[in-house]
Amino acid sequence: MKETVIKAERLTKKFGDFTATNQISFEVEKGEIFGFLGANGAGKTTAMRMLCGLSIPSSGNATVAGYDVYKQTELIKQNIGYMSQKFSLYEDLTVKENIRFYAGIYGMGSAEIKTKMNALLQQLQMTAEENSLVGSLPLGWKQKLAFSVAILHEPKIVFLDEPTGGVDPVTRREFWNLIYEAAEKGITVFVTTHYMDEAEYCNRISIMVDGKIEALDTPHNLKTIFHASSMDEVFLQLARGAKRTAD
Amino acid sequence: MNAVTVHNLVKTYSSKKEKVTAMQDVSFTVKQGELFGLIGPDGAGKTSLFRILTTLLLADSGTASVDGFDVVKQYQDIRNRVGYMPGKFSLYQDMTVEENLEFFASIFNTSIEANYDLVKDIYVQIAPFKNRRAGKLSGGMKQKLALCCALIHKPSVLFLDEPTTGVDAVSRKEFWEMLKGLKQQGITILVSTPYMDEAAMCDRVALMQLGKIMSIDTPPNIISRFGEKLWAVRSANMYRLLTDLKKYSNTESCNSFGEYHHLVLKNDDTDAVLRYLGEQNHTAVELKPAQPNIEDCFMQLMNNN
Repeated sequence: MKETVIKAERLTKKFGDFTATNQISFEVEKGEIFGFLGANGAGKTTAMRMLCGLSIPSSGNATVAGYDVYKQTELIKQNIGYMSQKFSLYEDLTVKENIRFYAGIYGMGSAEIKTKMNALLQQLQMTAEENSLVGSLPLGWKQKLAFSVAILHEPKIVFLDEPTGGVDPVTRREFWNLIYEAAEKGITVFVTTHYMDEAEYCNRISIMVDGKIEALDTPHNLKTIFHASSMDEVFLQLARGAKRTAD
Repeated sequence: MNAVTVHNLVKTYSSKKEKVTAMQDVSFTVKQGELFGLIGPDGAGKTSLFRILTTLLLADSGTASVDGFDVVKQYQDIRNRVGYMPGKFSLYQDMTVEENLEFFASIFNTSIEANYDLVKDIYVQIAPFKNRRAGKLSGGMKQKLALCCALIHKPSVLFLDEPTTGVDAVSRKEFWEMLKGLKQQGITILVSTPYMDEAAMCDRVALMQLGKIMSIDTPPNIISRFGEKLWAVRSANMYRLLTDLKKYSNTESCNSFGEYHHLVLKNDDTDAVLRYLGEQNHTAVELKPAQPNIEDCFMQLMNNN
């Protein structure tokens, strides 16, 4: 049976007289890879902040992992993982220190941290680097480590905000293999990207334009609906109509 | 004369604990009026190279010149004649759009009016906000203002460090259209980008990785050197298809590429591949010849190095 892990109904956020996110409604199922696309300034970040329990909506409803985005934001934070390109790990802490720090933040006990840390270091083949500063690692390694740390506490959902920006093409693909593995384990993946080939790797995609969700479907169906040969074309058709240019 | 000449440049950064090599023996030339792309991920050495060419950083060894001027001995001449747009937004946030542009014009002893033709097409897009502080502009507008400020003294060579990073697909397309317009006005442009698909917009590109140039040529020539037959494959379960193809004994390489996987075989027995995928219970299998793109070439070069 299908299990809904994110449910948004007419979710809206206003800043003064500016409506950043305008009545968006959608559902995401357990284990789904959900691509959240839109031009700069379309309202993606605002929507993501509400879903992560970091910003209270102006109106509308949403539940994330079964918890309410108005009243249960702390419970939401405990049940999700988050990673972005801009902020992921502490550069001046070692690999082990970062893992221990984040695991602690997510409320894991020290025995559990120890077991999981060793398994993780082996899985990523980073045991030799466990005492290296994260700042000295290649970007691709950092991103893979950051993702693994974000799901170490086995959250129901992981939010990834442009996780592969600036990463080389081989590492970018290895990163997506980690995403697939997480989804196969039942972790729901909510991801934003500017790479249109990565949009194809998602089970379903929503495209935001000027605060609203203008399209939501599988990549295949979107291409059929918009008579387009690639997701790039679908995106261009929708985003060209945008009036907003804000960030 | 070449607009840019780079000869055996080496740049390392040292701290107490370690030594990082940003550029290892990089050499190339850029012709006058050329739109030249440095394509590579973070850590390829693109920013170090730009900072050396714009005389903001000294190389450990090797030589470089811009418009015939040496980057060390004649740095003042270079500073007068190049435009530089760094990857990080570096205009004055608390000055307005117009004030920023006037400021950059005045430090080069010129005026907005004198070179207005050059920036007109770009400036009209931000002119409605000319009294807004630069810090309050959106990402796309900041980018346009930064480009205007880098152009206002009519540089002969323009250096753009990752102008499209983090920018959405529509704005990226618009930005490349602007660059084409500038090229037509005779300005030499060096532009860096981590987006492989943008290589196609350049006259010539250098594919960079970990401080080295792996290949340097026109995009069609780089693609023609791929030299292997490429197949596009899909099935109902793309992730399992990828892992199964990687395990297959006759697979040379297999990479995901949007809705298809790109496959290179050790021998081109496609019937055997289809049989194998049938045995692995794949459904809706499609296999057809594919054209390699710059990203295929980049990954092939990464694997060979």
